[in-house]
Amino acid sequence: MESIQFRKPETVDEAVKLLQGADGNAKILAGGTDLLVQLRAHMIDPSVIVDIKHIDETRELTKNVDGSYTIGAAVAGAEAHERDDITADWPGVIEAWDLIGSTQIQGRASLGGNLCNASPAGDSVPAMVAAGMTANIAGPDGRRTLPVEEITAGPGKTNLKKGEFIVSFNLPAKPSNGGDAYLRLIPRTEMDIAVVGCGAALTLDDSGTVTSAKISLGAVAATVLVVEDAANAIIGTRLEPEAMSALDAACQAACNPIDDKRGTVEYRTKVAGVLGKRVVKIAADRAGNKV
Amino acid sequence: MAKHHISMTLNGEPTEFLCSTRQTLLDVLRDELNLTGSKEGCASGDCGACSVMVDDRLVCACLVLGAECDGKTVESIEGMADGENLHPLQQKFLEEAALQCGICTPGVLVAAKALLEKNNNPTETEVRYWLAGNLCRCTGYDKIVRAVMSTAADMRGDSK
Repeated sequence: MESIQFRKPETVDEAVKLLQGADGNAKILAGGTDLLVQLRAHMIDPSVIVDIKHIDETRELTKNVDGSYTIGAAVAGAEAHERDDITADWPGVIEAWDLIGSTQIQGRASLGGNLCNASPAGDSVPAMVAAGMTANIAGPDGRRTLPVEEITAGPGKTNLKKGEFIVSFNLPAKPSNGGDAYLRLIPRTEMDIAVVGCGAALTLDDSGTVTSAKISLGAVAATVLVVEDAANAIIGTRLEPEAMSALDAACQAACNPIDDKRGTVEYRTKVAGVLGKRVVKIAADRAGNKV
Repeated sequence: MAKHHISMTLNGEPTEFLCSTRQTLLDVLRDELNLTGSKEGCASGDCGACSVMVDDRLVCACLVLGAECDGKTVESIEGMADGENLHPLQQKFLEEAALQCGICTPGVLVAAKALLEKNNNPTETEVRYWLAGNLCRCTGYDKIVRAVMSTAADMRGDSK
């Protein structure tokens, strides 16, 4: 059980070689807020821990010339939250990220970790999905890019192949008439795991009609869901009551949750519809205010 | 496997230690460096009793590996007072009895100091959210929050 190796590669290639060499028994360390808990609880017994934070690409948060962002997989929530540019452009993504844990956790917790820990209730994930984020993956066969919603395969499982890891994320440029939002329901005001989480990003035309939308639900299925029917329910509308009812119904229909101490199937399903409506309203307000 | 030889700056002093991969920064502080001010409450990042600063960022020492700390600058509760002179937060916590059993106090103080360095005029809500990761089983938090607010006012030079 003892004698775990600890390595801190400075290049992506070196990291991939270490992951490959460990034959599936390597664990990646970014912020460590899940990894160290699992290690301590003996849920995992890796032969090597690969600290990716010495690879520059995993630590950068850059606004590119086209207005998009490159977010290193190991950038901590507190580092992003302190940035005015990304907070103004994509408040939903930042709010979702900022909801993960305490101030202390925010000092370490990363998007790459929240996604690859693959909890169905990971707060940042529905917001990343709604915003259209993609993951830049490095592995033995080189680089590839996948939409965030295609990364997780189920609770605790990802679709990454042996030797692969997420180096960074792309966050698109904010459309000039776009807005995003994320809300979650928890039984208290702070520091809890989502009963339901919902992210939305949308664009409006000058008349206030929704021209595009992406809506994502967390904690209501084995993986985070993209709810196309919910987006279709509001595209072409000005969020009239009938459109909002259709959105509510579509969110509820997409749910396939579990019963647990945080909520029953019925409760989670109903809340998914309520959050869907609230999140879309906030995103629309943000889109309208920024034309 | 051989232990890791780590060099870091701890409370302003160059510090070296040996640790295994499994040892957290909290294990290192308490067991290797005999600095037992940082407490182990939960060992899972929930209680904040092990709050320290690593490269000017507030973190839980139980969620950082000792091996990660090579070249880092770490500040623990032991570095908060200047010799015999208590930090204003420490002094205020004594004066206002903002503690009972004292287990959470080192972590609360480190976290509160980090807040005041970032924001010297926090609202009560900001103090409560900032300290949401520091659990106290005794005080009910009101005295802690009041002491932090009161220290901030003193440090700004506001008269009461």
